[in-house]
Amino acid sequence: MATLYVDNRIYEVTEGKNLLETCLSLGFDLPYFCWHPAMGSVGACRQCAIKIFKDESDTTGRLVMSCMEPVGKETRISVNHPDAEKFRKQIIEWLMTNHPHDCAVCDEGGSCHLQDMTVMTGHNYRRFEYPKRTYLNQYLGPLINHEMNRCIQCYRCVRFYKDYAGGKDLDVYAAHNHVYFGREKDGILESEFSGNLAEVCPTGVFTDKTLKQHYSRKWDFTFAPSVCQHCSLGCNIIAGERYGELRQITSRYNGDVNGYFICDRGRFGYEVANSPKRLLQPQLKNDNTSFGQEFIINDISELIATSNCIGIGSPRASNESNFALQQLVGKENFFAGLSKQEYQLNQTALKLLQSGVAEISSLKQIEQYDAIVTLGEDLTNTAPMAALAVRQAVRKEPVENAQQTINLASWHDAALREFVQHEHGALFIFHPHATKLDEIATKVTYATPEEIASEGFRIARNIESSADSDPIAAALLKAERPLIIVGTSLFNEDLLNAAGALAHSLQKKGKTPGIFIIQAECNSMGLAMMNTPSVEDAFYKFENNILIVLENDLYRKFPAQQVDELLNKCKQIITFDHIKTHTNEKAGIVVPVGIFSEADGTLINNEGRAQRFFQVFIPQNEWLKESWRWLYTLKALKESTAIDENLSLGTVQQDLIEALPQFKGIEQTAPDEDFRLNGQKIPRSPHRYSGRTAIQANINVSEPKPLEDNDSPMSFTMEGFRGIPPSSATPFFWSPGWNSVQSINKFQIEVGGPLHDGNPGVRLIKPAFTSEFKLSSNKTSLKANEWLAVPIYHIFGSEELSAEADSIQELTPAPYIALNQSSIDKLGIKENEVITIELNKETYQLPVKFRPEITDKIALIPYGLTAMGYIALPGIISIK
Amino acid sequence: MISLIRSIWLTFLHLFHKKETIQYPEEKVQLKPRYRGRIVLTRDPDGGERCVGCYLCAAACPVDCIALQATENEEGRRYPEFFRINFSRCIFCGFCEEACPTYAIQLIPDFEMAEYVRQNLVYEKEDLLINSQGKYPGYNYYKVAGLDAGVKGKGEGENEEPPIDRHSLLP
Repeated sequence: MATLYVDNRIYEVTEGKNLLETCLSLGFDLPYFCWHPAMGSVGACRQCAIKIFKDESDTTGRLVMSCMEPVGKETRISVNHPDAEKFRKQIIEWLMTNHPHDCAVCDEGGSCHLQDMTVMTGHNYRRFEYPKRTYLNQYLGPLINHEMNRCIQCYRCVRFYKDYAGGKDLDVYAAHNHVYFGREKDGILESEFSGNLAEVCPTGVFTDKTLKQHYSRKWDFTFAPSVCQHCSLGCNIIAGERYGELRQITSRYNGDVNGYFICDRGRFGYEVANSPKRLLQPQLKNDNTSFGQEFIINDISELIATSNCIGIGSPRASNESNFALQQLVGKENFFAGLSKQEYQLNQTALKLLQSGVAEISSLKQIEQYDAIVTLGEDLTNTAPMAALAVRQAVRKEPVENAQQTINLASWHDAALREFVQHEHGALFIFHPHATKLDEIATKVTYATPEEIASEGFRIARNIESSADSDPIAAALLKAERPLIIVGTSLFNEDLLNAAGALAHSLQKKGKTPGIFIIQAECNSMGLAMMNTPSVEDAFYKFENNILIVLENDLYRKFPAQQVDELLNKCKQIITFDHIKTHTNEKAGIVVPVGIFSEADGTLINNEGRAQRFFQVFIPQNEWLKESWRWLYTLKALKESTAIDENLSLGTVQQDLIEALPQFKGIEQTAPDEDFRLNGQKIPRSPHRYSGRTAIQANINVSEPKPLEDNDSPMSFTMEGFRGIPPSSATPFFWSPGWNSVQSINKFQIEVGGPLHDGNPGVRLIKPAFTSEFKLSSNKTSLKANEWLAVPIYHIFGSEELSAEADSIQELTPAPYIALNQSSIDKLGIKENEVITIELNKETYQLPVKFRPEITDKIALIPYGLTAMGYIALPGIISIK
Repeated sequence: MISLIRSIWLTFLHLFHKKETIQYPEEKVQLKPRYRGRIVLTRDPDGGERCVGCYLCAAACPVDCIALQATENEEGRRYPEFFRINFSRCIFCGFCEEACPTYAIQLIPDFEMAEYVRQNLVYEKEDLLINSQGKYPGYNYYKVAGLDAGVKGKGEGENEEPPIDRHSLLP
């Protein structure tokens, strides 16, 4: 601990941190631009100047940039010294000489760091009379808008895009007071994290292009804390609504999960909620004319009371919805909506986490490991934020070296990057094809999933025998904290076993390895924890029974012909979903339900962390309620008990814990609905929310009563508690004088640390027993004209929900098949030529793409593209 | 007794004073130009809508009676898709006019807005938008703003340098 005197008041602070983050942690309002809590200091903007004094007798002091100055044993500073204030005022006046007169039409306005800092320093009048510098803008794709005039040259964009996220195509051009931040020429930004530019940029140079189509100011939104539904990582997000429409997703800081950032799929995938693919009204097939839409729930209840029902749960439905369906149809009739293979993979993943052979790593903890092995997972496309974390992890070792050799603090970003150059820690990647992380890997091996698994077993054996000949085994043994990243995306169970064996061997050698398992969907782990058999085991039961499908498209999991046959056997098909799917087309009765912004629930992410997502708004459309609410109503009707009009999520969670005790802890993911602060609810809207008495005035001039929320301690209005709410129920980050997202500082215990009262989420998986892993893998043999078709994932397009978002559809690739040079030569075909392949007795026509790095017997086929339909991957294909 | 006579005398003197009462509605009230009455949306000198949908009027409104939605045309010019004022709530404080960065929203000397049905006091954009510059002639926000919204190109505005050549390293 060190002593810090700020304007002669004593504070106990941590030594070695920089003065800027220390002052912000202590609650001082100190303006800054180039410093970012996740990216460290470069001292470029000169905005955070303070006075530092040599000792007690020093009254003159000297001006320093607080972000570049470490806290010593005893430091004396003055934040509000007149010299420092004058200096800061001067700096912002210079920065503003070229800033355009744009705020009224700038999307950043109202959540703008530059506005906040200008007000904070007191600059208010442009004395500089000469013309303003202007720039031409670039087209940067469908996600990000560029307005270069607004730039204040803080360099945050390139530091995030290039240095932090490893992007290649955004850079700084020109020189001196003409520097230009953009691409070499117009084009779509290539990084999967480009959306963060909108949050990182302190002005409006980079803004969210999808928000532009339905623009609202930050103060006008109704926000709710939510959880991203587009991959298994469960990044925390803030969802914003205005005029009954979901309009914006921003990252919600969680020091254990996503930190400050989210990926583009998470940020822009929300458009599915407003897409034409949304289900908004119940649909009935022609032969069901006896059902009236308004009485549909009564009719369904009568139907299911008379005959046997089979319920199919979903990995993209909340735990509560899956549980409600299980309650409705009975435990023996509820099945996980997964293929047997997927079910098996999820169970193995869960067992591996429970086995205790390795510490379960959280997403943010990845950054703390110094040697990483990824076995068959293309992180950039299946779990993008994990790729970002791996990029930070490989810097750990060289940065620690630098700290030891030249005594440089970890926040000295520019100096460290200069010193470290392209050095990186140990990262070993095994994958069938090249991934974006290859450039930072120590060694990359391209192999079939089976070969990767056997490599994993081989390394495990080498670790146990301490064989020095194997560099990977040696590196893992040398590392202080090795991490194994594996996943289910290649549909190979042996990969998970290999990861287990690897961890087990490291554990035997006295190491504490970490494990991080990527899964397919946002609640795959939740469904795995319910431990219900795969629907494939229930196919024989379909005949003459009623099938209830919950938020699931069976046509994405099984061959179309098979599903057709199965569904034709059913007496009746009832589906609950928020988007139109093939399964819904087949269903006799389709009930629309609320998508994540219109529903409450919990999801369990890949590390077993239960996280709560809150309803953002109550839609006008009364059908759009949570699935669990409809299912509970149905259950009450079926059993002829009273319908609980005030049913809350808390009640469902209590039932869930009682029935399935493995979910104990889920009720602690958020404060219950009776929680109050000073007797008040937590407002979902900022206090300056506008238009309350005019929004609905065109319908009726008398304002309606604000809607009540039974499920959470939050109100749908601006009225309520004004202080800092519990971290899991923080709808937005705002603090007086800090309108932009940078106000997160005020919600953290210390800058970059956990939120006040801890990061949200409760890990439900407790390592219990140690299990042995099998040490060999299967081997498939291929004939001459056969190839092993392996799925290749695309961040935009491979996930079901985000694929329906407009901007993401623009970035989704067309279906293709990728082969290497020798395969192409052997077949005598050219690139882009359409070839016919046969897989599982089905034929597909796909254009050929050339991938030089893949091995001879591999063919890559994109997974999950809507245009492609179901393809049984991985599988053996023959090419004609 | 004396006070009674005094009052009668003073009242009598008023016969010769200038009359304050006017025969409204036959005779109209003379209002000063800065009178805060009916709210209008004005146009710029080129006839375009001045409102850029910045939401500042709505934020400034103490009774929250303004609701609007900004949208953009193909050239990137922002304008309100709808603009609604609930005059049954409006207190004619003029904060919206003060907050407006483009002189679009103005309070004019007109108070004759009475209605028998309260619902009729909800004004939409077509009721608010007038074909005039109102009290502040000559101002066109898009000519002084930095961005190109089809009104002027980059660097063609007042007090702007031509766009820089980003391939140049010259001083």
